[in-house]
Amino acid sequence: MRGGCESRLTINEETGEKMAQVRAPKPSALATPQAGRTAPAGGTAPATTGQEMTGAQAIIKSLEMAGATDVFGLPGGAILPTYDPLMDSTTLRHILVRHEQGAGHAAQGYAHATGKPGVCIATSGPGATNLVTPIADANMDSIPMVAITGQVAASLIGTDGFQEADIVGITQPITKHNVLVTDPQEIPQAIAEAFYIATHGRPGPVLVDIAKSAQQATMNFQWPERIELPGFNSGARPHAKTVQEAARLLATARRPVLYVGGGVIRSGASAGLRKLTDLSGAAVVTTLMARGALPDSHPQHLGMPGMHGTVAAVAALQKADLVVALGARFDDRVTGKLSSFAPHATIVHADIDPAEIGKNRAVDVPIVGDLKEVFEALVPALAAEHQQHGKPDLEAWWAQLDDWRSTYGLGFTRTDDGLSSPQHVIQRLGEISGPDSIFTSGVGQHQMWASQFIKYERPNSWINSGGLGTMGFSVPAAMGAKVGEPDRTVWAIDGDGCFQMTNQELVTCAINEIPIKVAIINNSSLGMVRQWQTLFYNERYSNTDLHTGHGTQRIPDFVKLGEAMGCVGLRCESDADVDATIKRAMEIDDQPVVVDFTVSRDAMVWPMVAAGTSNDEIQYARGIAPEWDRGEEE
Amino acid sequence: MTTHTLSVLVENKPGVLARVSGLFSRRAFNIHSLAVGQTEYPEISRITVVVDVDELPLEQVTKQLNKLVHVLKIVELERDKSVQRDLILVKVRADARQRADVLQIVDLFRAHVVDVSPDSLVIEAVGAPDKLQALLAALKPHDIREIVQSGTVAIGRGPRSITERAFERVSA
Repeated sequence: MRGGCESRLTINEETGEKMAQVRAPKPSALATPQAGRTAPAGGTAPATTGQEMTGAQAIIKSLEMAGATDVFGLPGGAILPTYDPLMDSTTLRHILVRHEQGAGHAAQGYAHATGKPGVCIATSGPGATNLVTPIADANMDSIPMVAITGQVAASLIGTDGFQEADIVGITQPITKHNVLVTDPQEIPQAIAEAFYIATHGRPGPVLVDIAKSAQQATMNFQWPERIELPGFNSGARPHAKTVQEAARLLATARRPVLYVGGGVIRSGASAGLRKLTDLSGAAVVTTLMARGALPDSHPQHLGMPGMHGTVAAVAALQKADLVVALGARFDDRVTGKLSSFAPHATIVHADIDPAEIGKNRAVDVPIVGDLKEVFEALVPALAAEHQQHGKPDLEAWWAQLDDWRSTYGLGFTRTDDGLSSPQHVIQRLGEISGPDSIFTSGVGQHQMWASQFIKYERPNSWINSGGLGTMGFSVPAAMGAKVGEPDRTVWAIDGDGCFQMTNQELVTCAINEIPIKVAIINNSSLGMVRQWQTLFYNERYSNTDLHTGHGTQRIPDFVKLGEAMGCVGLRCESDADVDATIKRAMEIDDQPVVVDFTVSRDAMVWPMVAAGTSNDEIQYARGIAPEWDRGEEE
Repeated sequence: MTTHTLSVLVENKPGVLARVSGLFSRRAFNIHSLAVGQTEYPEISRITVVVDVDELPLEQVTKQLNKLVHVLKIVELERDKSVQRDLILVKVRADARQRADVLQIVDLFRAHVVDVSPDSLVIEAVGAPDKLQALLAALKPHDIREIVQSGTVAIGRGPRSITERAFERVSA
């Protein structure tokens, strides 16, 4: 249990009945404190209990009490009362975004980079609906986020009032929880619970919609002494029996693979993963959401599995006799055709969310629990197994894996048009900027290349939209990450399509001195869609040409656009200039930088498992399938 | 596919029914019937859901329901270990000539007549869903004008209460 709370939980296995008793000992424990800049929440706040104030003041006070220090938002009519006391807060830094979607993604980037819950604020109606995409994104990728929205006055609710939208109804399927508050007295409780729910158990977004009338009314501030959510399960402790069984399987498997998902990063369990990796000798694959959970330099790390995973990672899962899924959810982009995924493997599945276990793939050994606790239990259990039975002989397995790894390593061939290779640009960005940097990305080809060609050495250094696949994620997410981790270099690796969706947040960055760097991998196209058109639609390029690249009208001109938004704009058009341009961008630290890397539009993401096909049909490059049985025939 | 009856105990909060029913449709589960009402504790409402679903998806929907913050407890009530009842009201055209026939059916099924007019009767019947289907089949030769049916409500047999422990948590 995180947050210093005690919990008792048992599950009646017959009925699935929940019996959770959760007690938060003190309010400051609601926010998960992390290393870095944290304002002591409850600590500095003077005794406020019993103080009379407006609902608006109570919102600000509650955010402070919950430990929030940075919030992203944009005011409007229904949230106006709250923006007034916000001006007087000494501990809350509010960053005024240019579009509410930017506030939401910034809160996500902040949460992803720091592990603390991200906070965004918007007004009713269109302000709130603009948060829908980031909320859905946070829900898919399990990001702790609290969204505060203003709602029309209670008397107007249900009358189709000006800027009224039923945002609680709209976001019900895409939040972990949400609530409408019309009674000012309930504001502290609602916000305290929102932070608690967002950060406990499997993290996720919580929306608190507060009527304008509640913000304007006076109330008596009472910060809840403890959180009482009788129906909320924040997670079980891993069951000793199943942990023992998992250890036995790991000790006896001949072809074991650890299938690592984003849960390891959310749990902050990288150290435990490292121990299990070293002790087990198993192969490790890290999904798109888990890149950095284990250093890429680790010799047992085979890279990313899935649709654009490495041949070694995909093949390892297909041929494994044991797959230990850790905070992963057997997403279709990983499994390919589900019925043919890892066909020979016994499945151990550890996750904090019991609903993930058995959702897509039947599981032989289920372990419900926080990954940190799972590793704490599993590592000694495995060591004990080794003591008793000796370490398993994995030599043949590793000979096979190494063969795949060396024969089908990640690489790329240059295209015929003489333009820069996007893979080269991204690889050099990673190498020059280094593993202490944070990289965010949009969605598409550049995202896959950034996942493949940058070497991640630490968790929380790779921030992207995995589950929802939200184009436009990278710039605002980078802004949020930089606010949370101001001492790190933050690169938004973006596409020319993605960049045109959310670039206006660079204005926010320039004005608020948030010096992020944006690398636009400009192939003048909606590149991933174009790749599919090349492969599956007879090269009929319907509506994927963006006219932004080499030899086009260049509308918009990204350098000029960047400059117009108060950034330094740079352009790089050849491989020869890549290093110098990146270094130039690295030297600028007092302003955001936008680099327009014009690259070939013909480059494609490989390897690839075509959608809906089996992972066995992975293509290493166009028309080239690996020879699976090479080793066995020799 | 088999029919399962779930008793879902929830906190009596606004929107909770929408959350539960929305989850079923979102996860592509087909609701056969749904009934909701207060329990012996005003803080707790009880939703009885009958779903047509296989064993494995049922486990998934139960787990997903458990994640809803206002859901306290989910219990599957098996047919032979519970009492399951629907209520049905049927309006039948019955003039003086047909009335005797209809009343005989009413008696056979231990139903009641709750409204009488010169040309019609309203029959109220309570029972397990298959018994009510049999009643409707028997009435079919007559002119059925209108049917309204409640969702199934169900309670476990024996002394044990499923609400009691849920209440202890809400009131803790």
